[in-house]
Amino acid sequence: MSEHQDLVRLHGVNVSFGDNHVLQHVEMALHRGCITTLIGPNGAGKTTLVRVVLGLIEPDNGEVWRERALRIGYMPQKLHVDRTFPLTVERFLRTASINDRQALQAALADVGAEKLFKHSIHDLSGGEMQRVLLARALLRDPTLLVLDEPVQGVDINGQIELYDLIGRIRDRRGCGVLMISHDLHLVMAATDHVVCLNHHICCSGHPEQVSNDPSYQALFGKAGARALALYNHHHNHRHNAHGDVVPVKENQ
Amino acid sequence: MADFLIRALLGGIGVAAIAGPLGAFVVWRRMAYFGDTLAHSALLGVALGFLFDINLNLAVIACCVLLALALVTLQRQRMVATDTLLGIMAHSALSLGLVTVSLLEEVRIDLMAYLFGDLLAVSNVDLLWIYLGGGLVLALLYQLWQPLLAITINEELAEVEGVPVAAVRLALMLLIAVVIAVAMKIVGILLITSLLIIPAAAARRLAVSPEQMALGAALLGCSAVTLGLGFSYQFDTPAGPSVVVLALLQFLLLYALPSRKQA
Repeated sequence: MSEHQDLVRLHGVNVSFGDNHVLQHVEMALHRGCITTLIGPNGAGKTTLVRVVLGLIEPDNGEVWRERALRIGYMPQKLHVDRTFPLTVERFLRTASINDRQALQAALADVGAEKLFKHSIHDLSGGEMQRVLLARALLRDPTLLVLDEPVQGVDINGQIELYDLIGRIRDRRGCGVLMISHDLHLVMAATDHVVCLNHHICCSGHPEQVSNDPSYQALFGKAGARALALYNHHHNHRHNAHGDVVPVKENQ
Repeated sequence: MADFLIRALLGGIGVAAIAGPLGAFVVWRRMAYFGDTLAHSALLGVALGFLFDINLNLAVIACCVLLALALVTLQRQRMVATDTLLGIMAHSALSLGLVTVSLLEEVRIDLMAYLFGDLLAVSNVDLLWIYLGGGLVLALLYQLWQPLLAITINEELAEVEGVPVAAVRLALMLLIAVVIAVAMKIVGILLITSLLIIPAAAARRLAVSPEQMALGAALLGCSAVTLGLGFSYQFDTPAGPSVVVLALLQFLLLYALPSRKQA
């Protein structure tokens, strides 16, 4: 039961900026141990919805319920630190108000970035930076991880590794995860629950379920539907170099 | 050594010691133009101080603070881009100050002293202002150090972690306003920003942590003041500009040195 304990519940949330109704009657729940992915076209209100969950925006009306012991670890989309700011990875992690060197190193090891401890934050690659940001979020021992486009600026292999890593962190810590994603292919394999947003929630559910939803197909077109189709087949076959279907054994 | 020189040295060192760490934030957060705008409004503060017969330091601080608040409010309206807004306010404030000063019939103000500083005329009362004001600024800066670093790295992340971002940002602006008010006597309205940014930018060359950069900026500022005063005394050049020239030489020298690994 505790696996599906609710962390955050949104009821009838509306947000508008002037005449722009960014979020309309949004209903959503985030659970412990569950990875929820927010997808939707540009300008659909994904970031606004995340900001409501984070408590950075008060909705115009509607209700936001948060579990009393909720601790959010937030990973921003990008870190713009001016080059004139001398900052090592170690010092950056210490801004989480944790001075225990071993805890810092353990958090880095958790994301497979222990070698970066003494590096300058300005010299990290896209993938390294995302790992450091993830380590920073984990330092707060969160019950909910909120990730704003966690694989941005990372090459395709790095993206797969990062999604794997997020899945393993969820398994190990049992925390809930909310992430925004643009990319349809990879994220579908890495998520338990998909919320498709275009100001209102078009559809939501398991990835397979969402893929068959006409409103999803209307929003993302055939390419999106194909992306999900690939996902659906992911567990029981793969493609060889000629594109032929090769069956694989089920893991479980 | 003459008394006025000792007072000049003490005043200059006091100002440089607070301008260094605050200057680091001005550099990190790209607020150089903001500092300039506040400094330009200081002359208006002086004029209004004479007009209403209130303490000039208080008048300048009040004027800078009001301008900073006006700026924050106008920025939120998003009518024009921030740098345009700063440009409008900087030059309007300076011109308003100059016009007001000229309208004050019974007061003759040594404009050059306010524009370029009059380090050699630093009085004991000025020293008191510098060290009390400076001590207060340093104490607040020490208290706010972690939240200030947090909002400089990422405001959203800081906000999620419970830092009162708007309040901390405002506090930084107010601290800069106080520093400008007390530094005006030393290098003058037109050169204050240089004391904030040149030592900090020079210190970046050697620093591997934000703390080192802040401390380095304070030390480099103090040495620029000392060397600049010596230069001014030796060659009979204006004190304020001499200090800035020496700060520039330090900066160039540090950047000419072969670089070591930077953080």
